[in-house]
Amino acid sequence: MAEQKQLYWEDVEVGSEVTPLSKIATTQTLVKWAGAVGDFQPIHYDDSLAASQRLGKRIVHGALKRSWLIQMTTDWIGEQGDLRKFSCQFRGVDYPRFMKSSTEPEEGETWWCKGKVTKKYTEGGEHRVDCDVWLENGKGELTTQGKATAALPSRD
Amino acid sequence: MLPEEVAKLIGKAGETVVMEVEKGAIKRIADAIGDSNPLYWDEEYARNSRCGGIIAPPGFTGWPAKWRWNLYLFYMPQYSDLYREWVDAMDKAGYTGRLDGGWEFDFFQLVRAGDTLACTPKITDIVERQGKSGTLTLTTFEMTYINQNGDVVSKTRNNMIYRSRS
Repeated sequence: MAEQKQLYWEDVEVGSEVTPLSKIATTQTLVKWAGAVGDFQPIHYDDSLAASQRLGKRIVHGALKRSWLIQMTTDWIGEQGDLRKFSCQFRGVDYPRFMKSSTEPEEGETWWCKGKVTKKYTEGGEHRVDCDVWLENGKGELTTQGKATAALPSRD
Repeated sequence: MLPEEVAKLIGKAGETVVMEVEKGAIKRIADAIGDSNPLYWDEEYARNSRCGGIIAPPGFTGWPAKWRWNLYLFYMPQYSDLYREWVDAMDKAGYTGRLDGGWEFDFFQLVRAGDTLACTPKITDIVERQGKSGTLTLTTFEMTYINQNGDVVSKTRNNMIYRSRS
C-alpha cells in the first residue's frame, strides 16, 4: 500500500513474516465477486443447490480466497516489488457470514491471510524471495495454502 | 482408468478468446477483493507511479468474454469452447461434484487498463488421485495470455476437481 514504507530485499530473512491481512467474507462479498468476475456458479449463492452437492451451504469462491492472498503479498512487497509467481491449493471450504444490515456483517468468523519467507536468493539479476502463504479461517483451519515468489528492490 | 471420451481431451487446445482489460472491471474486482491499492483506483496516482498507469491486480487477466454462449453456468468463460466441451464430457461420463482445486500463475508483465489480451486455453492433463473420500479426478487447464504487443503477460494453470463418479 502507498502509505507503507517500501520493503527491501535486505529487510527480509528466511523466516520473516509476511504482514498478515484480515478479511471477512459475507454473502454480499460473494455477490460482488460473482459480478466482478462473471462466476455465477450457484454453489456460491444457492444453499439448497450447494447442499445437494454435499457442500452444506453456499461456499466462498476459491478464486476470492486466492485474490486475498495475492493482496496480502502485493501489500507486503510494496509498489517497487514485483510478484513473479503465485500458486495456491484449496484445502477446505469456507462459509460466508450473513449480513446484519446493508453495510454490516453478522458476528462470525474472520479470516487471516498469513505468510512466511522460505528462501532468499538472486536469480536473473533480481533479488527474490519465496514465501509460503496460507489462509486461516475462524476455526484456525488452513483452507487455502500456497506459495509466492517476488522480486524486491535492493539497497545496493 | 479414465473413460476414453475424457482421456482424449488431454492436450486439446481451445479457440483463442480476446478480451479487453477495462478500467471499470479492474475497479469492480478490486472492490470485491477489498483492495484499496491506488494503482487499481487512482488514475493520477498510478500515472505518476513506476507502473505509469492503472494496472490490474495480479491474477486478473481481464473481464472475461462473457455471455458469449448465454449459459448461466458458464463458470470460467475464458476457457472458451474447451471448457464447455470438457464439462459435457465429464457430465456424460458420470463425474459429479466439480470444485476449483487451485491455481498457479507465472507473471511476466503487468496487465494494464486498456490492454487487449488474447487467451488460449489448453487441457494439459487429466489424472485420477486417491483423496480422503475416494478417487478425485484432476483436470489441469493452462491459459496463455498475450497482450496487444505480442508479449506473453502470464501463464496460468487451474486445477479443476471432480469429487466422484456415478
